[in-house]
Amino acid sequence: MSDTMERYLAPVIILVIILIAWEGLVATLQIEQFLLPRPTIILSNLFQVVHLSPADTTATDEELQNALKGNQLVVTIPAKASPHLTEALTSAAIIRLPWFNSSLLLLQGKNLSPILQAAWYTLKEALGGFIIGCGAGIVVALVTSRWVGTREALMPFAIAANSMPIIAFAPIANNWFGIDNPFSKMFIVAIMVFFPVMINLVRGLTQVDANSLELMRSYAAGDFEIIRKLRIPNALPYLFNGLKIAAALSMIGAVVGEYFGGPRIALGVFITQEAALFRFSSAWAAIIIACMMGITLYLIIILLERLAMPWHVSFR
Amino acid sequence: MTNLAVSIKSLHKIFNQGSNNQVHALKDIDLDIAPNEFVSLIGPSGCGKSTLLRVVGDLVSSSSGQVLVNNKSAHQARLDRDYGMVFQSATLYDWRTVAKNVQLPLELMNYAKDKKEARTREMLKLVELQDFHNHYPWQLSGGMQQRVSIARALAFEPSILLMDEPFGALDEMTRERLNLELLSIWEKTKTTVIFVTHSITEAVFLSTRVIVMSARPGRITQDITIDLPQPRNTDTRENVRFFQLETQVREALRESERMSV
Repeated sequence: MSDTMERYLAPVIILVIILIAWEGLVATLQIEQFLLPRPTIILSNLFQVVHLSPADTTATDEELQNALKGNQLVVTIPAKASPHLTEALTSAAIIRLPWFNSSLLLLQGKNLSPILQAAWYTLKEALGGFIIGCGAGIVVALVTSRWVGTREALMPFAIAANSMPIIAFAPIANNWFGIDNPFSKMFIVAIMVFFPVMINLVRGLTQVDANSLELMRSYAAGDFEIIRKLRIPNALPYLFNGLKIAAALSMIGAVVGEYFGGPRIALGVFITQEAALFRFSSAWAAIIIACMMGITLYLIIILLERLAMPWHVSFR
Repeated sequence: MTNLAVSIKSLHKIFNQGSNNQVHALKDIDLDIAPNEFVSLIGPSGCGKSTLLRVVGDLVSSSSGQVLVNNKSAHQARLDRDYGMVFQSATLYDWRTVAKNVQLPLELMNYAKDKKEARTREMLKLVELQDFHNHYPWQLSGGMQQRVSIARALAFEPSILLMDEPFGALDEMTRERLNLELLSIWEKTKTTVIFVTHSITEAVFLSTRVIVMSARPGRITQDITIDLPQPRNTDTRENVRFFQLETQVREALRESERMSV
């Protein structure tokens, strides 16, 4: 087995074990659904899995249709199915299994479309805020690292601001920009991501090895050349650390910002509404999508990091 | 006007002048170095030998006195790119390949592309690393990294090579091999070398002159001419004169340490 396979296999196995334990414990301890729904119930909001085995002909057509409408995950299908059922089956993705001449059907869950729609809306807010905040952080860091006086005047405020719960300003931002205006969430996200990016980048631009600087000075290099050829490459690992923090913060900022109000198609609003209506499995499904978007953003940053600095110690 | 590579007259360097933790790092230094000399600065730690090297290289300013390099101020010499620097750590840029590291000064000095590449090939051949153009620094051993840093220092043909304990972090075997390599490079390039070291053997083996310094305040206590025949090789280390000179430097150092206590 290759190293990469091994590296990814272990976490996947742990995830599967956690999901099975969750499912099993909720069922055996008879935990109420509104406290903690089973993973299969949560996932059925997004998609349903139907197991087909032509050998098994015991279930009736009617039982099958009911099973498909509900959240039942594994059913078997008789040799002959009604046209209605066949239609549902042909519109689904079919995954053939190598055992017992059987296959899996992947059907769209009843809440997939509204959740995805809301997720897309919230993702745009998060990305918008991420780009504005990180862009501003990078510009300010480059400017302040150039002028020592400005940096020393600004850094204490930046560090103080970085430890403030900026999300607390969300109701104010809603008031400023309008509760349904996506910019009210982008604003909060931008402020949240600005400080970690700026502080990390300033650190990277200024914490340069003394000999490396002396070397540049011995070549009579100008300030601009020192920034371009030494400070910026030196700062890349710091910048990406800031961007990773920002990626996680941007999803938090957008979703939590929406908890304080927003249009009905936003993910945060969707989650609060579903929870208020006791549709907890649906709320859980939306939360899982939010988590997956956050993880995806983070992974994209890691990919960019590898492309930008293949020389770095962490990739050896 | 005399033709000297370096001319230092009554140089003083005081760090934190006027404050409580004032340090008299260099006191009344007079030193003349002729072109193509190989001069080692040796002394106990804190004797200011690295500071002296940096004052010559205009990386540290002097408090008083005069430093002329190629008959101009050290500052002008730096602007004219007269210095090649080599530090104890190779100080290669992690994000640049071996070839790109050697090219760094050439980029800053706006060499044409073909001249830059030809020069890089020539330099890496000089330090016998022609097969490592596209390696990254971390893929090289400490000795190889230091050879890249020497290639980089010589790439733009500076008239003076300033070396601050360049082989101090290497093992004995590697150090002896690089000593020989440095001597052959010095013979080929005809640069003036100022070499800071802790090692008596190294100083005697490499140099045409050894400057012995003492600490608190840092000053020159002896100036010993090394009259071993050139070119030097492994036999030099077994020469009787080599042992005599080593002993002379060792005694000078011992005396300078007595003076500093």
